[in-house]
Amino acid sequence: MSRLDVRSIGMSLLAPAIAILLSIVVTTIVIAAVGSSPGDFWSTMFEVPKPRLRVDIVNQTAMIYIAAVAAAIGFRMGLFNIGLEGQYTLASFAAASFAGAAYLSGWANVFAAIIVAMAVGAIWAGIAGVLRTTRGVSEVISTIMLNSIAITLVGYFLNNYGVKEGNSVHTKNIEPGTSVGGFAPFEDRDGEIWTLAIIAVLVGVGFWVLLNKTRFGFDLRASGQSESAALASGINPKRMILISMMLSGGVAGLIWMPAFFGGARNYGTSFQVGLGFLGIAVALLGRNRPVGMLFGALLFAFLSVKSNDLTFGTDVSPSIVQITQGVAVLAVVVTYEVVRRWRTRLEQRAVSRELAPTTEATA
Amino acid sequence: MPSAVDAVQLRGIGKRFPGVIANQDVDVTIRSGTVHALIGENGAGKSTLMKILYGVQRPDDGTITIEGKGVVLKSPTEAIEAGVGMVFQHFMLADNLTVLENMVLGAEKLHGIGDGARTEIRRISDRFGFDLDPDVLVEKLGVAARQRLEIAKVLYRGARIIILDEPTAVLVPQEVEALFVNLRELTAAGNSVLFISHKLDEVLDIADDITVMRRGTTVGTADPRTATKHELAELMVGSELPSPETAESTVTETVELSLQDITLTDEFGRDLLSGLSLNIRRGEVLGIAGVEGNGQSELVETIMGMRIPTSGRIMLGDQDVTHWHTRQLREAGIGYVPEDRHRHGLLLEAPLWENRILGHQTKAPSVKGPWINRKGARQDTERIVRDYDVRAPGIDTPVRALSGGNQQKLIVGREMSGDPVLLIASHPTRGVDVGAQAAIWGHIKHARRAGLAVLLVSADLDELIGLSDTIQVILRGRFVGTFDPAQVTPQDLGAAMTGGEAA
Repeated sequence: MSRLDVRSIGMSLLAPAIAILLSIVVTTIVIAAVGSSPGDFWSTMFEVPKPRLRVDIVNQTAMIYIAAVAAAIGFRMGLFNIGLEGQYTLASFAAASFAGAAYLSGWANVFAAIIVAMAVGAIWAGIAGVLRTTRGVSEVISTIMLNSIAITLVGYFLNNYGVKEGNSVHTKNIEPGTSVGGFAPFEDRDGEIWTLAIIAVLVGVGFWVLLNKTRFGFDLRASGQSESAALASGINPKRMILISMMLSGGVAGLIWMPAFFGGARNYGTSFQVGLGFLGIAVALLGRNRPVGMLFGALLFAFLSVKSNDLTFGTDVSPSIVQITQGVAVLAVVVTYEVVRRWRTRLEQRAVSRELAPTTEATA
Repeated sequence: MPSAVDAVQLRGIGKRFPGVIANQDVDVTIRSGTVHALIGENGAGKSTLMKILYGVQRPDDGTITIEGKGVVLKSPTEAIEAGVGMVFQHFMLADNLTVLENMVLGAEKLHGIGDGARTEIRRISDRFGFDLDPDVLVEKLGVAARQRLEIAKVLYRGARIIILDEPTAVLVPQEVEALFVNLRELTAAGNSVLFISHKLDEVLDIADDITVMRRGTTVGTADPRTATKHELAELMVGSELPSPETAESTVTETVELSLQDITLTDEFGRDLLSGLSLNIRRGEVLGIAGVEGNGQSELVETIMGMRIPTSGRIMLGDQDVTHWHTRQLREAGIGYVPEDRHRHGLLLEAPLWENRILGHQTKAPSVKGPWINRKGARQDTERIVRDYDVRAPGIDTPVRALSGGNQQKLIVGREMSGDPVLLIASHPTRGVDVGAQAAIWGHIKHARRAGLAVLLVSADLDELIGLSDTIQVILRGRFVGTFDPAQVTPQDLGAAMTGGEAA
């Protein structure tokens, strides 16, 4: 049994390994094709990151991981929530406005703002859920549209009610007592790992427990695997769609919270866009598994953060890492399928070998 | 041009799946230019054998010889190259494309996609009397024409050996006659046909040779000129045919399920079920007989809460459950063996023990409050595997790896768990091997003695007559006759099912 386990773990690592290798090859070819030096590129990328970047990588990993879990909740249910981007944009703005208004102080304000973020994310995703269950509108289409609406809405509110400062607009700064900062593992100038990066850990553990240990998680996985079997087993598919969509949106609302309370302190130019889409990519890369997505988030954070070094050391544009990331996701989807088929064939052969000697006995 | 070389020789073919031997020591010889019938009950191993011949699955043992040459078929593409083509029971055609487009799809290199292909299609169509117009949309074609198109597709790709999987199942009698005319034209031109069926009349009518399969192996051959239906049936079922007959009646006076004037209307206003009323008492098996598609599925789904009746009332015991949701009904003690176990009964990728939870997510031992009780579910799965003789390497095996019979035994075991008061069983032994069939019948009889009320929907008239205490015949959503299984014959039922006689 244990030998089988080692082998099956080895097999499940095979696909991502092939995918990463493939993305390195493609990136190298692209860099060489535009006339730059792949050698420079990889030596810069694989250099051990400076302390400041190490802190950045941890912080980015946390946010990307939360986004990946949000996407995975949808995927495990068979829903494609492309609207993470809009959900966390609107949620971040709402939470920042709430926290900036300082109705509460200290940690109470932090917790309340986080609740606001989750609620807004959940409601925004819930719109797509309601459209799907009552009108049969595909959540893919509606969430894409809701992304545009959310971003436009935030822009409108910010322009009309935001605090103007020079050329930029932002929400009211939170009071110093509400900022929860973080801890600096290296020297102070290298920055802090945000305290609220802990949200990523909680979300990851919560996701695992929910899926594997609870009845709701079983219902969710059953619905994702076979809608017809789920219906026959007594699961109400509409209710499941709505709940999992809102859960996905609620988690999406948390994506930017570590950065907000850790350093940004207002919603404005410091808001980081694109985390929702990164989360979808990482969920695909990590096959919606809690641990797999952790490695995926770490890889993506590393590539994004480390690419900043390219500006100084090489003539390669930092955007090239987006090619690496994109190819990794594409390749992982393909290689997983290839490995899965190969494994099925091996299993079948193993089974027929195992059964062969007993044939005489049962015949 | 029938030649001396046999079209296909299969020797010693064996194929094993987890827990079941699908094929073992299978020998079949198809002579060139003949229709060779392969007959056997569901689960006898016919479909595995033809998948092996068509390259979908590779045999564990044995050799395949096609037109004198030994071959190893790794894929359908290789089978077609070797001259073997297959027409599946479920057609694989694109409705919104024309006959020509369907024909050339995936075979563009053979005759192009234009006039070359059109000429070739006309040639095939005229040669064998297929009557196909290359430029008609497939959605305009009837079932029989679609089947001829599928056969033509196979010929177009150069096949000389054609496998037909239960081709007559979808046809009305006149169309069957026409198909047989086509098949005789095909063999007269030197092609060979492997005809898979379990309809003995047709087999005796069309076949030149007959091979009979039972329990995964070939048990004999017969000459259609001399063989009788009775002999073939005996070969097919063997001497150990289990009898579904129940002993003394266990029907009590307590009504467990009562349907009162149930009508179900679809979105276009048509009645799927009209005014159905029935009572099932504790210890009673009520059989529903009918040609498929006459409302059986809708009736079951209505009782299970997956559809809400337009009018009428459903009582479980003395509770009105007309508007209850599936989960409430299951909690109230209804066991459900769905007609399509893959679509409605199982999570194929999930292990056995997780499938034990499916449909019982709110009941011990699978759960404790909102939490999954992994230990309890696993222990109870071990019990089902033991008591219901589910042959599986272990309870962590994905259900997909089990044979149909073992999957069904797992479902029956699961649905019998937790002392149900009512069992809704749709085609409980469809597609399962004889051993599993006998076991499932045994479990139903046993539970009936213990006071279980059972609604049994089946297409197998012997099963219905053998297990039921009362049989209702359903036709176009109405009950058209009530029969006592002790006196009724399959012929009487057959007449009522087709509207020949309303008793």
